[in-house]
Amino acid sequence: MIFQLILIFIMITLAGAAVIFKDLINAVVACTAVSLITSILFYFLQAPDVAMAEAAIGAGLTTAIFIIAIRKTERYEK
Amino acid sequence: MRKIISIIILVIIGVGFIFAFSQIPFGKDKINVANYYIEKGIKQTGAVNIVTSVVLNYRGIDTLGEITVLFIAAIGLGAVLFVERKIQKNIADNKKDKTKRASLILRTGSRLLFPLILLFGSYIFVHGHLTPGGGFQGGAVVASGFLLMYLAFPKQSINKKSSSVAESLSGLIFVGIGLLGLVFSGYFLTNFLPKGVPNTIFSAGIIPVIYIAIGFKVGFELTGIIDDLLERSK
Repeated sequence: MIFQLILIFIMITLAGAAVIFKDLINAVVACTAVSLITSILFYFLQAPDVAMAEAAIGAGLTTAIFIIAIRKTERYEK
Repeated sequence: MRKIISIIILVIIGVGFIFAFSQIPFGKDKINVANYYIEKGIKQTGAVNIVTSVVLNYRGIDTLGEITVLFIAAIGLGAVLFVERKIQKNIADNKKDKTKRASLILRTGSRLLFPLILLFGSYIFVHGHLTPGGGFQGGAVVASGFLLMYLAFPKQSINKKSSSVAESLSGLIFVGIGLLGLVFSGYFLTNFLPKGVPNTIFSAGIIPVIYIAIGFKVGFELTGIIDDLLERSK
């Protein structure tokens, strides 16, 4: 239970950091970490099906699509 | 000022959610339909994984809708990028061969990992009725394997013609099995094949067949999306 609370705390911190970061690559990596922790929490909540989808799509493919979009546009927030 | 207002609105929404969810008794047997699925699911569908039996058997037509939504999204992306590609083609011709090679670690590592990722993805969607996961998850894992290969070898790409043929064929198999259910049992997407012994791989009737089709479809669709995006961003 304490482990899950620590994970939730890290998740909220990372989500706040993703908003604050000016470098968008850092923000995307923070979002990826949030997805990864979400998938771990789904596993603890006994939903392995959802955890798998979250890990593959949220942490894998979404990150790639965001980074491709950032490479095409601008890296730093004004 | 705008930030303060949005923070206040977020706090109000959060408090509302906390009050709403504190009234719901999570984890207690309140919902009859969930009990029905847990008690009768294995006997009626033959699938040990109850989530799969709900997704493909009790709510099969919803899954068909999900597949359609993903398909339309992929088509829309392809259409938007295709229009842009025509305009940008002249610019791209001028500065070709600018793409660098990936690092040695990425190239060697992805060569080693790619077959294992494909094997794991296909394991997930073949065993959808036995273990957690299914067509969507397995397809996403397969697509992430292809993404790794795209990152390691930027100049190569999948064979678009054969991948779109496989994608359409797996969609047709899904709808075709549904129509066969209509022919044999009178309802769309009925489980008309023999259920078999639970916990074995050849069980649960049409569920493995449909999940393999969904796995192929989702995998090739997401790979196609990545391919479109990367081709445009070169």
